[in-house]
Amino acid sequence: MKKGFLLLEDGTVYQGRALGSHTVKGGEIVFHTGMTGYQEVLTDPSYCGQIVMMTYPHIGSYGVCPEDVESRKPFLKGFVMGDYTEHYSNFRATRSLVSYLEEYGIPAIDQIDTREITRKIREQGAMRALISTDEENVHELQKKLADTPVMTGRNLVDEVTCQAAYTWSQDILGADVATDDRPHVVVIDCGVKYNILRNLVGQGFQVTVVPASTSSHEIMALQPDGILVSNGPGDPEVVGTTIGTLKEIIGKLPVMGICLGHQLLSLALGAKTYKLKFGHHGANHPVKNLLTGKIEITSMNHGFAVDASSLQDIDTKFGAVELTHMHLSDETLEGFRIKDVNLLAIQYHPEASPGPHDSHYLFQEFAACIESCIKTS
Amino acid sequence: MPKRNDIKSILLIGSGPIVIGQACEFDYSGTQALKALREEGYRTILVNSNPATIMTDPEYADATYIEPITADAIEKIIKRENPDALLPTMGGQTGLNVAKELHESGVLEKYNVELIGARIDSINKAEDREAFKAAMQKIGVPVAKSKIVHTFDEAVQVLQDIPLPVIIRPSFTLGGAGASFAYNQKEFEEMVRIGLEASPVTEVLIEESILHWKEFELEMMRDKNDNVVVICTIENFDPVGVHTGDSITVAPSQTLSDKEFQVLRDYAVAIMREIGVDSGGSNIQYAINPKDGRVIVIEMNPRVSRSSALASKATGYPIAKLAAKLAVGYTLDELPNDITKVTKASFEPTIDYVVTKIPRFDFKKFKKSKTTLGPQMRAVGEVMAMGRNFPESIQKAIYSLEENMDGFSSDMQKLDEKELLDKVQKPTHLRLLYLHAALIRGIDVDVLYRKTGIDPWFLHQLQRITNLEKKYQQIGLDSVTLEQLLELKKTGFTDKKLSHMFGVTTEVIKNKRDTLGIKPSYKMVDTCAAEFESYTNYLYSCYAGESESKPTDKKKVVILGSGPNRIGQGVEFDYCCVHASLSLRKLGFESILINCNPETVSTDYDISDRLYFEPLTEEHVEEILEREKPDGVIVQFGGQTPLKLSKFIESKGYPILGTSTESIYKAEDRDLFREILSNLDIDQPESAIAYSLDEVDEIVEKLPFPLMVRPSFVLGGRAMEVVENKDELSRYIEKAVRVSPEHPILIDRFLENSIEIDVDAISDGENTFVAGIMQHIEQAGVHSGDSSCVLPPVSIPEHIIEEIKEKTARIAKTLNVKGFLNIQYALQGDHLFIIEVNPRASRTVPFVSKSKQMPLMLEAVKVVLGEKLDVKRLENQRTPDYYSVKAPVFPFLKFDNEDTILGPEMKSTGEVMGISKQWEVAYGKAQIAAGNHLPLKGNVFLSVKNDDKERAADIAKKIQMAGFTVYCTHGTAEFLQSKGVHVERVNKVREGRPHIVDKMINNEIDLVMNTTKGKGSIKDSYSIRRTALEKSIPYFTTLEGASAATHAIQQLQERGLEVHKLQDL
Repeated sequence: MKKGFLLLEDGTVYQGRALGSHTVKGGEIVFHTGMTGYQEVLTDPSYCGQIVMMTYPHIGSYGVCPEDVESRKPFLKGFVMGDYTEHYSNFRATRSLVSYLEEYGIPAIDQIDTREITRKIREQGAMRALISTDEENVHELQKKLADTPVMTGRNLVDEVTCQAAYTWSQDILGADVATDDRPHVVVIDCGVKYNILRNLVGQGFQVTVVPASTSSHEIMALQPDGILVSNGPGDPEVVGTTIGTLKEIIGKLPVMGICLGHQLLSLALGAKTYKLKFGHHGANHPVKNLLTGKIEITSMNHGFAVDASSLQDIDTKFGAVELTHMHLSDETLEGFRIKDVNLLAIQYHPEASPGPHDSHYLFQEFAACIESCIKTS
Repeated sequence: MPKRNDIKSILLIGSGPIVIGQACEFDYSGTQALKALREEGYRTILVNSNPATIMTDPEYADATYIEPITADAIEKIIKRENPDALLPTMGGQTGLNVAKELHESGVLEKYNVELIGARIDSINKAEDREAFKAAMQKIGVPVAKSKIVHTFDEAVQVLQDIPLPVIIRPSFTLGGAGASFAYNQKEFEEMVRIGLEASPVTEVLIEESILHWKEFELEMMRDKNDNVVVICTIENFDPVGVHTGDSITVAPSQTLSDKEFQVLRDYAVAIMREIGVDSGGSNIQYAINPKDGRVIVIEMNPRVSRSSALASKATGYPIAKLAAKLAVGYTLDELPNDITKVTKASFEPTIDYVVTKIPRFDFKKFKKSKTTLGPQMRAVGEVMAMGRNFPESIQKAIYSLEENMDGFSSDMQKLDEKELLDKVQKPTHLRLLYLHAALIRGIDVDVLYRKTGIDPWFLHQLQRITNLEKKYQQIGLDSVTLEQLLELKKTGFTDKKLSHMFGVTTEVIKNKRDTLGIKPSYKMVDTCAAEFESYTNYLYSCYAGESESKPTDKKKVVILGSGPNRIGQGVEFDYCCVHASLSLRKLGFESILINCNPETVSTDYDISDRLYFEPLTEEHVEEILEREKPDGVIVQFGGQTPLKLSKFIESKGYPILGTSTESIYKAEDRDLFREILSNLDIDQPESAIAYSLDEVDEIVEKLPFPLMVRPSFVLGGRAMEVVENKDELSRYIEKAVRVSPEHPILIDRFLENSIEIDVDAISDGENTFVAGIMQHIEQAGVHSGDSSCVLPPVSIPEHIIEEIKEKTARIAKTLNVKGFLNIQYALQGDHLFIIEVNPRASRTVPFVSKSKQMPLMLEAVKVVLGEKLDVKRLENQRTPDYYSVKAPVFPFLKFDNEDTILGPEMKSTGEVMGISKQWEVAYGKAQIAAGNHLPLKGNVFLSVKNDDKERAADIAKKIQMAGFTVYCTHGTAEFLQSKGVHVERVNKVREGRPHIVDKMINNEIDLVMNTTKGKGSIKDSYSIRRTALEKSIPYFTTLEGASAATHAIQQLQERGLEVHKLQDL
């Protein structure tokens, strides 16, 4: 058994079993409470720059299934597990989790008390951490940890966004469909999860994905019927280019923002964002739909949030901001809309993957906005 | 939306006696529900026939009825109490069935009672096979392919849609008999022909086989606003083919990717909506084809269930409590999550440990039945364990079973590969043993998977255990490093198992561990994987990192629970432990409970200050004691399980509170106890011990027949027999046991025609309070747990009662009993004998507490803590002026070929209670509650042994007066006719047809009274008993029972069934 180390910013050092790639990597450590879905988590670009720890101990049990990836590769810095299982079992799986991590150069560690670390993060808040599956000199590692950048103020969108625009035509079942004559949605890729794209195709759209730096002019040139600004990693405040683009787009077309997209829309409208103590990362978060009173169980992954009062205070030229979704446990803002200009913003992940499908209806709402706009024009 | 104010009072139906498939999980659910409804200010009315439940304690409901759960009795309760609503989802299938009956007969409408928690149409849609299938098809949820056919040609056609293998089920045969598998065309044709013939309506159902598919269960909640959540996902270790109740199950699911899990979740949400469960919990079972992932739904239960109790314990989410609140109108987002306090009940629990449930069986009590597990549930109890990985979790669960297994281990290595593969192929309760041997032998996981259908993931995890075992075979303990020992502990190896592996004592292992600082840590069950701060001290051990248990400096006492339910140690002991815990808290102590049975109230985290959900082994208990450093440990309330540990605990320096370990052992040691009694001048039946055949002969010269014989090395009444003469004795010695110096046999005089008496008393060592004297109704020789008994006694003279009290007090003083004492006496004529003394809480404590309406547990706990007993006060306490009868309930129907005759070996799983001013009526009510529905008219079969004939004449006359026609066999008929009683003749089975069994099968007999003597006559009447069982014909085997039943029938004819509220008595 090769030794692996996990160092936390507060000085604690955990020794476990080294897995995955032999390397040393630092990042912000967050925990994810989903009991299934490790593969979707790994490939969610929003975890770029982070070390993700799963709270459920047995990870790797169903291997890696080729259809379950959410982006072109995993962007996270490291992966922490309680009890990794090399012997996987699932009819779709084609390889083990660790072989997959190795391919992408990601270090992992297991056989450590993930619950203790979870409690630490809960109490002390998100912190920097370092995984080493190579170097064993703790003193050296501590120096490296000190050099790891903090999350606040980091623009990671550039690392994950696509290099060039592309079209997407796979639906929710993974089938390729002809989308040529459909209404057109342009997705601003801040680190988009494939399941957002699949849902859009599922709603009957033609989908084009563009890099986050694409200007509003270039976007409008694609003649979209709607814009979706995607999820993604890092601090929203520093994603200036995209915020600028959005400022020019809001009001012209139906816009939907998801996760980072929700935050970027808020910023574009003039609201404020802030960093949560340890964020929401899991697939069991209850959200109250303030319009219907109903509860959705949602998939979440956000370390930053929008200050609801700052949003309500804004006198937008587009009409009133309506708060639509609220976290049932801590009352964090989870969604808003500006009905008059067909703007929908959702902090969590209606595309799920991993997680429950309770919020798929939001894509329908977005589709309805676009449809009504097309009709009126 | 707040709770409903248009209803003020709610009737809750319990599940009745503990039977296989419906155990104390419904006491747990019902108790939670009652507490929840009261908290909301509703007036609660409870009906449950089971006195050994917490819910029937008078303080849990405003009106408590220990009455039969029949439509008749409940209608009377409704009439008296006038409830606004009925909550039927807490009492298992029993609760739902009787609620349906009340609806269908118009009772609910007549008295304007609203069903809450489940609507009738939802119940019907979920439970009717065809309606459910149609509902699933409507919403696009797949079910197993099946087709009903009426001709052979139709059947052959079906094979084009449903490929072989298939299951063929003939319709409307008795007890679902005749379902079979067809693997090839030839078998198929044969079975269809046989099936069509066997079915009275010439109809068979051909169903796709899903044998060896993976099986999953989702526990769901839904509120009236259509908020739906999954509380827990359970994956079965045993694939489809074994009843879930008999399967090892694991939470959460292990081998589902998120994509697959979400499919199950989507289906579950859709099913909840379509079936219309709009304010409560349900469970939904699925099968998944491991080859291609095809999913089908097997069934759903629109109520709380065994699985929901397990899910509650596995996650910390109190399903029943919340289901009750949803039923009165709350929505999930309005209700708090009790554990975190800050978050709401509207979320999906996430756990960060692995939960394993293993069923517990008692096949050794039912030797004639096959042990292959199948669709009929036969487990009598279950255990649950939590660990940070599956190997740790399952090994802890195995220890919790108390089946003498050393974790995942076996001594089957001698079997060769072929034998092992044959053994693992068959699902039995011993399969883990064979799997262990197979893995040790190096048989490939893939081979085992093909044989068993057990998912390779589980097999690989088990292999982790055997790999470690093999790795350390050649290594001495001295060279084992800290990391290595820690890995072993993390994988669930106990010190005991390690001591066997390394050939040292457990102390050596423990010392090494202690030196290296390898100690368990205790983690909290908090519904949220530590995401939120939690306030509940619900803990389990593991070997990982920090400990979250927070021992205090307060005065505190540890109570050891009773482990899994099994025949002989059931819910009664959990009842005692729960009360012990509540009493301790009332008296200002912190109570710490250790138990591993997920069905129980004691493992509800509300009951104690700290709950350690742990196996009751020396090591697991000692580690908790080391951490908690309690002021004392209580072992006398949990049956044998804690008693087995008392010496060990004492040896580690922790005081046993109450009666000393030494006294307990004195009472159990045959010779020591005989000496004590003889010093006290108290009689026991004469007895002797024989080490050889010669000695047997000598003893027989001195002791008169009949004799009670048993091998000395078997406990608990197994292999015990009454022999009438020398022939039977020789046969017993030849066939059943071989007498030898190592294995002597014990021979006791059997007290013929004696009355057995059970006594429960509390003593402080000086003063003794005799709390209850119970007279058995069955003849002596029947295990006290299987006997009906009546309190107060009905035919014991006053001077004998005084003698009983005096002797009980004397024994209590001699043994220095501090706490409970149970004594069994036998009264032969005027001569009182002592059969057995147990200085601990007995099975009858809850029954006596209910009958006398005295908080006996509280009094006992005070004494255990050192207080003096105020006997005067207790004796002067007013007690109800009613008779209470306790009657046992048996599981024979679940065990093929098993005789229902009772003997010294206990076979009952549960008990009911009947209350009335007249003891016979109380007895009759208990019979009805136990499922022996006393008929009010019809034909009775009466056949008695010679000694009983005289008294049988009276019974015959009375039952005739009541309008019954009496059928007798030759001997009884002649005798009765000579006494002027006119009866009809019927053939004995061996006298030719049509005989009595034919008549029973043809529904021409409504009541059987049959007493027998001698092996021959018992054998002859076997088919009568078995038929009575299968046709649910009430059956009495003693004249006392028959006579009381006759009287009860007369009373029921005259006055109907009267119901009594405990609070009124």
